[in-house]
Amino acid sequence: MRFSPQLEAKFSKLLESYPAGRQRAAMIPMLLYAQDEIGSVTDELVAEVAQRVGVTPMQVEEVVSYYSMLHRQPHGKYHVQVCTNISCLLHDADKLLEHACEKLGIENHGVTADGQFSIEEVECMGACSWAPAIQVNYEFHHFVTPEKIDRLVDALRKKQ
Amino acid sequence: MLYNDPSPLETRVLSRRFGMPHSQSIETYLATDGYQAFLKASKMTPDAIIGEVKASNLRGRGGAGFPTGMKWSFVPRNSPKPKYIVVNADEGEPGTCKDRVLMENDPHQLIEGVLIAGLAVDAHAGWIYIRGEYRYVLDIMDRAIAEAYQRGWLGKNIQGTGFDFELYTHTGAGSYECGEESAMLESLEGKRGVPRIRPPFPAVVGAFQCPTVLNNVETFCAVPPILLNGGAAFAALGVPKAGGTKMTCLTGHINKPGVYELRLGFPVMQMIEEVGGGMRNGKKLKAFIPGGSSCPVLTAAECEGATMDYDSMAQRKSMLGSGGVVIMDEDTCMVKAGLRLMKFYAHESCGWCIPCREGTTWLDKIMTRFHSGGGVRSDIDLLGDISKNMLGRTFCPLGDAAAMPMISIVEKFRQEFEDHLNGRPCPFEHSSRMVTA
Repeated sequence: MRFSPQLEAKFSKLLESYPAGRQRAAMIPMLLYAQDEIGSVTDELVAEVAQRVGVTPMQVEEVVSYYSMLHRQPHGKYHVQVCTNISCLLHDADKLLEHACEKLGIENHGVTADGQFSIEEVECMGACSWAPAIQVNYEFHHFVTPEKIDRLVDALRKKQ
Repeated sequence: MLYNDPSPLETRVLSRRFGMPHSQSIETYLATDGYQAFLKASKMTPDAIIGEVKASNLRGRGGAGFPTGMKWSFVPRNSPKPKYIVVNADEGEPGTCKDRVLMENDPHQLIEGVLIAGLAVDAHAGWIYIRGEYRYVLDIMDRAIAEAYQRGWLGKNIQGTGFDFELYTHTGAGSYECGEESAMLESLEGKRGVPRIRPPFPAVVGAFQCPTVLNNVETFCAVPPILLNGGAAFAALGVPKAGGTKMTCLTGHINKPGVYELRLGFPVMQMIEEVGGGMRNGKKLKAFIPGGSSCPVLTAAECEGATMDYDSMAQRKSMLGSGGVVIMDEDTCMVKAGLRLMKFYAHESCGWCIPCREGTTWLDKIMTRFHSGGGVRSDIDLLGDISKNMLGRTFCPLGDAAAMPMISIVEKFRQEFEDHLNGRPCPFEHSSRMVTA
């Protein structure tokens, strides 16, 4: 597979970051960074990473199926993650999730028809003192309200 | 960056650089005693370093509270294998958001803490395992590590001391269980995050089968101030058996939620009223989680006279935990709160051992049915029974982490379960809206 030069540089650095003979340790970071670039963990990517770190594709598969951030199906360009765990729930995050679904016209785990947005209810992401919180891709948004979600989605729609 | 205003009641030791201009940069760090603790430690024997950490009464800040100096002393001196340092930055305990703030505002303090641990146990390489969602934090740590290499505070022969150390960041990819130390080591090695049987403990057989010191971010961040000012000074900030401060995350129904650095032993009610600005909307306190969702829940009455330290919480059959304080007011449905937590543990159970895998799933199913009005009276005891049968019977603490809050909620808020019986809708909601994790 061909990746961007930046990603290749990252891979090279990763493979040097662990003791000799322990290159399998690079697998999870490589999968996540590659997924960021190509959109999902494809069969081709599984085979590629397996070959680069020296394990079988099945050993990569068993790792992919374990970690919640690794996904075989593409997300939307903007992946909206709404935390509903305890500290966010106490600030009505369940209603916020419902609102976000309504605003985008999709259900939890859905992707919009144009592939621009997807939604996922997520577990605690470490923004508890600034709840309720969401992440859009890797960006945190704190003290989120339904109105803030509307403004954010409208702004992202215009950006497309 | 800070997301809440500081409080005048804080004791700022680990957070003393927060809010300074460019607090992330090595210039700011060096201008404020940065890396001086490392230089001091480099002239000390390993025993003297560990002795200073022991004298500080520092206990692990990830939640378990194990004495740090003792943990370091378990690393075998004469092992021919390389020794490693692993930083647990996989902050995932619900209610907890302090390691993020420590790394974001003062990344070099963490690096320096790791270096001192390296001196203490003769380790020359380490990894900071950062949860995948904290990508921007990983970028901050990468920049700080690059600065440290450029300025000779990492790499070969650091500042002419003859000490070498290589430090790397490593991203997780979404798993609460990987915050458990042995599962973290599996994950670091490129495997599913499944816990290892112990003994051997990581101090003897850890990362890549080598002796490993594994501590939480906050624990490492406490080490430079301990070395600089002496263990006794740090110990004096806390209570007799636990030294120092605790990064405390106030969350939930409170006027000023935020991360605050408080002395160990800080009174709970003063923390709520004065640091946190009191209960939101003038409501009454109903329930209190001292340090992350795995702790048994306290009632408002139990909070009276309680202080934020290990012993005070143990006396109340709870734990100080991770510093993730969750404050719930009188309008909170404890059945719903319990349900959300059980959904979390069922989702995050790694599935390796049956009492946890099945137990958390059963608790989730019963709580889901119960909150939606389909509960029967015998369910209430069943929730307690299942939880008690999980306690102490799982491979790692995740099973206990689910069972402990469940038992406390059933025992202390039984009436709320009774109020949901006979198909009645949740008394705290106008519509019986469900959480759909």
